[in-house]
Amino acid sequence: MSAVFSGYGLGLRREHYRDFLETQVPVDFVEVISENFMVEGGQPRNILRQVRERHPVVLHGVSMSIGSADGLNPDYLKRLKSLVDDIEPLFVSDHLSWSRIAGFNSHDLLPVPYTDEALERVCANIHHAQDVLGRTLLFENPSSYLSFPDAAMTEWEFIAEMSLRTGCELLLDVNNVYVSASNHGFDPLAFLDGIPAERVRQIHLAGHSQGPDLLIDTHDSPVCTDVWHLYAKAISLLGPVATMIERDDDIPPLGELLQELSIARALGSAENNRRAGEAA
Amino acid sequence: MTLAEMQRDFQSWLVDASEDAADRLSVHAAAGLAVYQNNYRAQLVSCLEHAFPQLRSWLGEEAFRHTAIDHIEHFPPYAWTLDAYAEHFDETLRRRFPENPDIHELAWIEQALSEAFVAKDATPLSPDALATVDWDHAQLRFTPSLRIHVMTTNVEAVWSALCEGRTPPDSEMLAEAGGLIVWRRGFTSRLKEVDALEYLALVQLQQNGSFIDLCEMLVARLGEQDGVARAGALLASWLGSELIIGVGPNVLQACAEAVSVGV
Repeated sequence: MSAVFSGYGLGLRREHYRDFLETQVPVDFVEVISENFMVEGGQPRNILRQVRERHPVVLHGVSMSIGSADGLNPDYLKRLKSLVDDIEPLFVSDHLSWSRIAGFNSHDLLPVPYTDEALERVCANIHHAQDVLGRTLLFENPSSYLSFPDAAMTEWEFIAEMSLRTGCELLLDVNNVYVSASNHGFDPLAFLDGIPAERVRQIHLAGHSQGPDLLIDTHDSPVCTDVWHLYAKAISLLGPVATMIERDDDIPPLGELLQELSIARALGSAENNRRAGEAA
Repeated sequence: MTLAEMQRDFQSWLVDASEDAADRLSVHAAAGLAVYQNNYRAQLVSCLEHAFPQLRSWLGEEAFRHTAIDHIEHFPPYAWTLDAYAEHFDETLRRRFPENPDIHELAWIEQALSEAFVAKDATPLSPDALATVDWDHAQLRFTPSLRIHVMTTNVEAVWSALCEGRTPPDSEMLAEAGGLIVWRRGFTSRLKEVDALEYLALVQLQQNGSFIDLCEMLVARLGEQDGVARAGALLASWLGSELIIGVGPNVLQACAEAVSVGV
């Protein structure tokens, strides 16, 4: 069982600022995109501080580029550290991906080849980031749309070794497991079985879309039935884990997202009952 | 292939659609490369659309999109924050629309408003703090959110109409160039049109901050009485608008004067 279960949350998006500032939204935490608040001043940081007074906050980044061959950007880490010190977040997370090389920044979560060299580089970068930030970080499995022929291990083997070597924790994106499993033809249950359960601190749920050839991680629709089934399987393996729904496009009224989040709560409750029954 | 080589080839594929780089990547499921390239370009187009909503209306959907694609082909993103990608859009606009200052000035307004929105926080100066100021050596410090730009067209009227959903006036050149200022008051970004003299005053103060130099410039242009009166009026206006965050002594000048009199 996870040591720090922290309930059920939602991503804080601009469309819902007023709801979160003026009403008591029934969530256990909110997650924000770190980069949106890594600014000098103004309204974004002010709003985040106000929300922080009401809810625990998770900082979720998209630009650390932990897989970059040429290391991490010191200015990025400095600004993230400032935000972390200001907000005192529940978790700080980013993705097992890369976006930056030789100064170029793609602003996309590009795939890391699962090679020994990449594992060494990713681990060195994680050590660096954790040293600068002074805390354990969570890394999320991204959706991916291609694989590399020189891969020496599976994604879950890479993640397990990464976590073992660095002590980092994991953000399990169940939708991304589903999308990548479909795109690459692996068994999503093998992924869930292969990652170190005791290192998973948070779960993401989201919607995806069917592209011409591949599933695309679009975050623009409700969580689909298959992903809910996979989530149920995940928590049966992991126990209760802090869970949230990501929605970044076609954002509905907050009530719809809370309704969707209640499905996660119900599945978590059912799993707790099942475990209690087994214990009895 | 090393990790660095792979990442540079990936960059070439995204930026230049290099088929050689794609071949070297030799990935399984090559359709995935197209997904990443589409994501890369769509994200940058979306960034520019969000950064310049009124310019998009002003240019029209098709012209804006072609300009955005042109920009993406010439300016790969380098900053860690996507917000910075809008900073150099004016370079592409000037190349594609060299004879359209209305377009350049409209883009400046939108970029300046975005920058001001997240500029460093600063506490505006209280008028009470002026009581003990040594005006001969006073240096005005403006809020970090202040942005100043020359205005040669009726762009403020165009921008206001676009923001309010009204039909904008035709673009026209001003009889006399003025200025545009953008700053943040509280948490709200503001835009204001200023006349040529206030624009010059702000530009000069941003360069050296000296209030006495400002007075001298205004006296030279307006005469003793009107020049001093205008300096006082501008100071009162800037204080009321929360543009000024400090009035300190001109340290270098004060030191030089102290040395010259043997202190």
